Amino acid sequence: MHWCSWTTRSTSRSRRPEAEIAAVPAPTAQGAPLPQRRSQAERRRSRRRATLKKYGTVFLFMLPWIIGFVCFTAYPMIASLYYSFTRFDLINNPQWVGLQNYRDLFTTDPFFRQAIRNTLFIVVLGVPLNVLFGVGVAMMLTKARSGASFYRTVFYLPTLAPAVAVALTFMVLFNPGTGPVNQLLGALHIGQPLWFYDPNWSKPALLILGLWTAGNTMIIFLAALLNVPRQLYEAIEIEGAGPLRTFIHVTIPMISPVIFFAVVTGVIDALQYFTQAYVIGNAVSQQTDQLGEPQGSLLFYALWMYQKALPGFAMGYAAAMAWLLFLVTMIATLILFKTSSRWVFYQGSGR
Amino acid sequence: MSATTVKPPPAVERPKRVAPAHVRRKKLLATMVNHTLLITLACIFLAPVLVLVLTAVMSDQQALTPKLWPSPFHWHNFVSAFDQVDLLLYLKNTFIYAFLSTVGTVLSCVPVAYALSRIQWKGRQVTFILVLATIMLPYQVTFIPLYVIFSHLGWVGSFKPLIVPSFFGDAYSIFLLRQFFLTIPQEMTDAARVDGANEFQIMMRVIVPMAKPAIAAVALFNFLYCWDDFFGPLLYVAQNPHNWTLAFALSQFQGQHHVNYNLLMAVSGIFMLPVIVLFFVAQRAFIEGVNLTGIKG
Repeated sequence: MHWCSWTTRSTSRSRRPEAEIAAVPAPTAQGAPLPQRRSQAERRRSRRRATLKKYGTVFLFMLPWIIGFVCFTAYPMIASLYYSFTRFDLINNPQWVGLQNYRDLFTTDPFFRQAIRNTLFIVVLGVPLNVLFGVGVAMMLTKARSGASFYRTVFYLPTLAPAVAVALTFMVLFNPGTGPVNQLLGALHIGQPLWFYDPNWSKPALLILGLWTAGNTMIIFLAALLNVPRQLYEAIEIEGAGPLRTFIHVTIPMISPVIFFAVVTGVIDALQYFTQAYVIGNAVSQQTDQLGEPQGSLLFYALWMYQKALPGFAMGYAAAMAWLLFLVTMIATLILFKTSSRWVFYQGSGR
Repeated sequence: MSATTVKPPPAVERPKRVAPAHVRRKKLLATMVNHTLLITLACIFLAPVLVLVLTAVMSDQQALTPKLWPSPFHWHNFVSAFDQVDLLLYLKNTFIYAFLSTVGTVLSCVPVAYALSRIQWKGRQVTFILVLATIMLPYQVTFIPLYVIFSHLGWVGSFKPLIVPSFFGDAYSIFLLRQFFLTIPQEMTDAARVDGANEFQIMMRVIVPMAKPAIAAVALFNFLYCWDDFFGPLLYVAQNPHNWTLAFALSQFQGQHHVNYNLLMAVSGIFMLPVIVLFFVAQRAFIEGVNLTGIKG
């Protein structure tokens, strides 16, 4: 552990300014003053020294995060804001263009609009679907006395599967010609969509994929449901309420903080939707320079931004997209927080 | 729709009642319906895994047909996957990335979480809120300038851009560790402090041994995150096939190498296996981690 010895050594050096060392009275012929007889000034000084020492320690403990925050968060944020007002191709220096990038986004870029439409599809349909599914499965799990841990494992495990592997597995499942899903639909004589190969069906197929990996949401809902006090259920049962009224008047208010949490994180994740769409789009088009296939139906915001930034080397333009995304994320989060007081019930408050 | 509509439970003790037969029958029926639904759903959830395994052991010809049951079983596919693509290299790269990044995260986050939970200092709360805020920050906002920096340093194509930042704290891991450190009673550290231990000694000798489950959970989450990570390798190692991780390589097989679906599924299976094994080995750490994320009102 060589860095720890370095840590302690540099604390002892940094916490002792010269002036302070000089201020400590030199031992006299009578010997060092006894601690009980220390004057008030001395006590104050030693307290100050202790405080300095403490802040030195805190600084050293916090140092990894401070460096990381400055280098990998604060500077890049400011730099990308600056880039967003420039034309920048990584080779030449950034050229100031003012609001040009932002104007171009809204006026001359049809793919930008398409990317927003596609992303909104996931936000508006995917997030509520995941939350409803999570609550539904979690409710069923609370009622199951036996086998609950088996079910929980089965529903949770897919969330751990690597996204690339999941995307490819669903390509096999939803293969229009040979996939088991269409085999089943064919046997039932329902239509056989082309799924990932049809621009109208590619996003619904992604929603199904999203449900398969919704286990995380389900787990936190399960924990929340198990935390609802039993008396509340007993009380409303005595009042003669049916399951629907119980659900509306007890369950939903009691788990509303978790619903809130799931919606906020779901929206943030949906706005950044990337990997599955990238992998599936590549596999569908059999090439890597065209993102969001088929026909741009899987071109999500983060994909278009990536395409602009790296293969396209339009760093300034992509930075403008990044900041727009950041602002939208903040506004969405703020709106959710502001409205939350109307529908989120926190136990222990407002009773 | 607030809970004010719910009356507090009555104070009178209810006599223990035995439900009449028709109520009991109804309850039994409800349980059966519930279990039927759950079993159906569990089957649907297991189906993709089953299809993955079945496809992985099909012959090349059969992988192009709708026939689902492999005949004959080509278990050899799992071996030939290693010959057809450089699977061993990709596994090694992924492991290096995940392992070093996890080491960096744990080493850097433990002291930060300690300072944010076990030492009292002015500005601690503000700093903690700042840490929380960076969790919410979309990575899109920072990746362009970071790419610029790393390409100026000549790091693009290597693992450095993926690994080095993890040695400087990860907000989410700091948050999880802090939550756990706060639950350790103050008396535990007071005793050590009276004995003259400094903060570093207290952290290493008292807090870290007690926080092993939380540290394990953080390490596990971080390892899995890197194992799955696609965007990082896409940005920084895509240019250099020698440094491809499994996630990135897997995404390239279909597009450029036209690898058959059976091999694709075999590789996907090999990719998933360590994750599943880790889950069953470290279930306790998982539960610990999920509990830590649990938001308290």
